[in-house]
Amino acid sequence: MPLVNGGKIADDSFVKLAVDTPLPEGGDILVPAERFIGEADALLERAGKVGVIWPNNRDIAELVPYLGKIAVVALVFPTFRDGRAYSQARLLRERYNYRGELRATGQVLRDQFVFMLRAGFDSFDVKKQADAEAFMQTAKRYSVFYQPTGDGRITALHRRMQLRHSEGVGT
Amino acid sequence: MYAYDEIDRTLVNERVSEFRDQVKRRLSGELTEDEFKILRLQNGVYLQLHAYMFRVAIPYGTLATNQLRALAHVARKYDRGYGHFTTRQNIQFNWIKLAELPDALEDLAKVGIHAMQTSGNNMRNVTSDQWAGVAPGEIEDPRIWSELIRQHTTLHPEFSFLPRKFKIAITASDHDRAAIKIHDIGLRLIKNEKGETGFEVLVGGGLGRTPFIAKTIKHFVHGRDILSYIEAILRVYNQYGRRDNIYKARIKILVHELGIEKFSREVEEEWQHIRNSSLHIDDEVIEDIRSRFTYPPYEKLPHMPDELRQAAADPDFEAWRKNSVASHKNQGYAIVTISLKPIGAPPGDATAEQMDALADLADKYSFGEIRVGHEQNLALPHVAKRDLPALWKALDKLGLATPNVNLITDIIACPGLDYCSLANARSIPIAQELTRRFANHELANLIGRLHINISGCINACGHHHVGHIGILGVEKNGEEVYQITIGGRADENAALGNLIGPGVKFDEVADVVEDIVEAYLALRERPDELFMDTVKRLGVEPFKERVYATR
Ligand code: HEM
Ligand code: SF4
Repeated sequence: MPLVNGGKIADDSFVKLAVDTPLPEGGDILVPAERFIGEADALLERAGKVGVIWPNNRDIAELVPYLGKIAVVALVFPTFRDGRAYSQARLLRERYNYRGELRATGQVLRDQFVFMLRAGFDSFDVKKQADAEAFMQTAKRYSVFYQPTGDGRITALHRRMQLRHSEGVGT
Repeated sequence: MYAYDEIDRTLVNERVSEFRDQVKRRLSGELTEDEFKILRLQNGVYLQLHAYMFRVAIPYGTLATNQLRALAHVARKYDRGYGHFTTRQNIQFNWIKLAELPDALEDLAKVGIHAMQTSGNNMRNVTSDQWAGVAPGEIEDPRIWSELIRQHTTLHPEFSFLPRKFKIAITASDHDRAAIKIHDIGLRLIKNEKGETGFEVLVGGGLGRTPFIAKTIKHFVHGRDILSYIEAILRVYNQYGRRDNIYKARIKILVHELGIEKFSREVEEEWQHIRNSSLHIDDEVIEDIRSRFTYPPYEKLPHMPDELRQAAADPDFEAWRKNSVASHKNQGYAIVTISLKPIGAPPGDATAEQMDALADLADKYSFGEIRVGHEQNLALPHVAKRDLPALWKALDKLGLATPNVNLITDIIACPGLDYCSLANARSIPIAQELTRRFANHELANLIGRLHINISGCINACGHHHVGHIGILGVEKNGEEVYQITIGGRADENAALGNLIGPGVKFDEVADVVEDIVEAYLALRERPDELFMDTVKRLGVEPFKERVYATR
């Protein structure tokens, strides 16, 4: 699956570990939630970055004590119809101020990119090569947003206020 | 009326171009049907028995005449010349070609209408009272808040892939015409002791396989907190709503399984986190939305104009006036309900010609505005009383002056087996037969307010649970069988109907309804005791006896 990071197709430096894969000496690793919670201290002490794959039915608050130390949180879309990870993403970004890489994994298709970006994802394990290639074009599909979310985009309500105030100044 | 501005129009146009691209990818095979399905549903496109069905949103039921003409145009150009108004302030077209859908959407976008979120597991078109802004005694125009919520829920990045569909309805009147108690979230606009505007919030109502009447989750949420409160409910639902079984995925099941106390504690906790976030609405925002609703320049008119006095001599006019004309908050004006239930026709259908002609009448007599109600009827919200006789004549020519609003032939019915791939039984032919049986206006009038609701399967699109008489088609050994309930209602005293006994065959339904009505006429204490009150007083038993004694 191609990884899109920072808007471009990028190499993935992270190696995915299963619950019982032996720990490699060095390098960046992505570990399942239960393993991460079980061995967090040991994992974080080792050289190389650590990311965690968090399932969409586990309370994201459990991860809070570690957020400053992990490089990637990968949230899971088992199917594109299952939207639980959108809530987790917003909680991570907006409530818990997580600033590291937030990766969407699973069934990640181009028609969800805008929603995902707005929920706070910034990297994408994309299912189809063609979708990954269309990333930039798809991500720019909308220029207007109604809801305030943590992505910092100005909402329609506030855009209107701005327009009104600037008109009021009498240019 | 509410006017979309450049920002709203941009979003609608961007949505159309996205959907055009999605259709193209589907037609080229780049998207599988499974991947495409949810995308088309989010744009109101179903795959039905005969063709694609296209459901267009009419937010809070308000239409401008150019919008109604655009719907007529879609009916004519892309469909078979008619459309079907539904119980959710939408209109459906049954015969659209997939390849033409983007063009149809583009034509609608030009007048600010769209099909966003009329289907799919997201927040559906926000519905409201069709008399909003004109009903006497309402707290304030609920559409201001409906529009705020419409904007907030459109393409919401967190809640576009919920466990199941999600419906919000708003009322601002004591008499609830928006059926808020059978919605996932029902909002009742109220004022607190300080005179501030807010909402009683109800949650967990819904029909379908497991019907529930919504429960009050909070008695007062201030207007400025309403978005954060709704967001809190949705976040709890998105995380904990069941996804293992689509029949148990609605919020009503979550509320039922957790209990309203536990559910409301979860919501409260979530709400405390976000209540003072950017979701907090300041008055300026509300004022901005309010300022984009314009109201007609009403004149000062007499309460009883000469035209009306003279027309009163015509019994046909009087029959219609008594039935279809309601009080308006401004003196000299009236709200006119237009029955889309002519005798012998499918409930809720309108032809392209009727839509165009209605648009002309609305321009002439109702300041260019039309409303759609959940009973599948239309309304003209601002008719000067002096124009009523002329309007009536014009409507009558169009076949739109049947004086049966709220009477036994004002039937709500889903499409059933005639169009719907999920149906187990026919609904429309039952409705047609019943309207013929009770075609006599004197009889219908004698019976008084009586709502019959018909669904062709357990999904309850025809709201059969909340019909005063509810008719549900089921399938038994390859045959259509109809279960009859009585005592349901969808207003401020919403209740689910009770089954009167074993199901009956297609041919027997109209007879059974006649029996029920006869029993009621014999049992009522006074001529003004309504069917619902008799049922409440006596329960199901006497009706059951009457129906099954001879069967
Ligand atoms: C012909 C195409 C249609 C299809 C395939 C369809 C499908 C469905 C399904 C699957 C449900 C059940 C959802 C649930 O689990 O609660 C449902 C419910 C419903 N539908 Fe339809 N429907 C159709 C037409 C209509 C029409 C014409 C109307 C209005 C007249 C309508 C209004 C509703 C309403 C109000 C509900 C009740 C849901 C609730 O509040 O629980 N639908 N529909
Ligand atoms: S109630 Fe059933 S038959 Fe009727 S429209 Fe809904 S899904 Fe179809």
